[in-house]
Amino acid sequence: MKYLDEFHDPDLARRLFDEIAEAVTKPWAIMEVCGGQTHAIIRNGIDQLLPDLVELIHGPGCPVCVTPLEVIDKALAIAARPEVIFCSFGDMLRVPGSNGDLFTVKAAGGDVRVVYSPLDAVEIAESEPDKQVVFFGVGFETTAPANAMMVFQAKQRGLTNLSMLVSHVLVPPAIEAVVAYPDSRVDAFLAAGHVCAVMGTAQYEPLVAQYQVPIVVTGFEPLDVLDGIRRCVLQLECGRAEVENAYPRAVRAAGNEAAQAMLAEVFEVCDRQWRGIGEIPTSGWRLSPAYAEFDAETRFDVGDIEVDEPEACRAGEVLQGLIKPDECEQFGAGCTPRTPLGATMVSSEGACSAYFQYRRLATAATNG
Amino acid sequence: MCLGIPGRIMEIRHERHTTMATVDFGGVTKDVCLAYLPDVEVGEYTIVHAGFAITRLDEESALQTLAMIGELGIIEELGPTEAVEAEPASEEAGQ
Repeated sequence: MKYLDEFHDPDLARRLFDEIAEAVTKPWAIMEVCGGQTHAIIRNGIDQLLPDLVELIHGPGCPVCVTPLEVIDKALAIAARPEVIFCSFGDMLRVPGSNGDLFTVKAAGGDVRVVYSPLDAVEIAESEPDKQVVFFGVGFETTAPANAMMVFQAKQRGLTNLSMLVSHVLVPPAIEAVVAYPDSRVDAFLAAGHVCAVMGTAQYEPLVAQYQVPIVVTGFEPLDVLDGIRRCVLQLECGRAEVENAYPRAVRAAGNEAAQAMLAEVFEVCDRQWRGIGEIPTSGWRLSPAYAEFDAETRFDVGDIEVDEPEACRAGEVLQGLIKPDECEQFGAGCTPRTPLGATMVSSEGACSAYFQYRRLATAATNG
Repeated sequence: MCLGIPGRIMEIRHERHTTMATVDFGGVTKDVCLAYLPDVEVGEYTIVHAGFAITRLDEESALQTLAMIGELGIIEELGPTEAVEAEPASEEAGQ
């Protein structure tokens, strides 16, 4: 398929591997922030084919993984109500709360529906006026424009039976939290290309200036990831720290200005809890005062639910790049995608799930 | 939810109080909202997240990236002597 097959070309991949091997003289640790890139790396064995001097650290860029336990518990409480139709992207349904997941609620008779687009929730709300339709608004800057449009349309069309449980998170503050962490080993970042397609590249300039870390905007196919790594290594070896765009076919410097205008209309920046990491200042979006009536937390009075994370799960260390998934004692034993302890094992973008899908046999062989 | 893949715009129409398109993802078609990419045209490729087109794919940039990667290591492959000899030839070709 166009724009996919060409970026899987093994001969061009070899050129990039050779170029990286030629350039590298010192050990460098590069974090791919986005879970989609983690999967591309593990699925294609990119980390195993790189020179030993280049280490890839998997970052916190998986919205399913970082949605706090208490938000999941709020979703479960709302979804269990008889008058509610709870709509969500599919990958949130298996994320464990304190007591079950959205599948458990559905099995017990709750009306939980998987939707492809938030606009589907608008249609459901219009066709079921006697029900309260709630959309689970999670994700990074990539899904936020879609979710913002749902709230905007609800207001425009006067839908009083549609609301959103909001747990939106932002990439740049997460990068800052990682790089500012005292034990951080990260020398450079691959920034998530599609987040930049929406938000542009300028918001990374202050991070580069303050922390002197290269940040390379990177795509998701194997050649994209390798070119991002190559550009990071070249910058690090020359002592440069710049924002570089290795994904120009999809990312323009200004980003998508129509989407940014809608985000500014519907959302405002807030502090946000990240599952396994804790609170990161100014790292989220909530509904702005003009749209507060569409906030499901206040509509269903679940704002005071507070819970602690389970202790056995080391997802927080995985999300901060402090350990690799297979260094967790529970990996593949007490924690599998069928019976996950934490969200990093659930999500199609989670690092633990990537290791389980593509590397558990290799891990078992090494450990055995 | 975050895995945006390229799709080709097949048809554009006005419905659901906005502009929608049928987008082909390698044989699977989906309805996609074009509210954030209003000037995209049939035949162009776009990246879609959560049912919304968020950016268009630029063919020229894609070809440039592939050409740049394809040229990596060319000088080393030719070897020092051949590389020097190759230079005037490429200049002639450019004239």
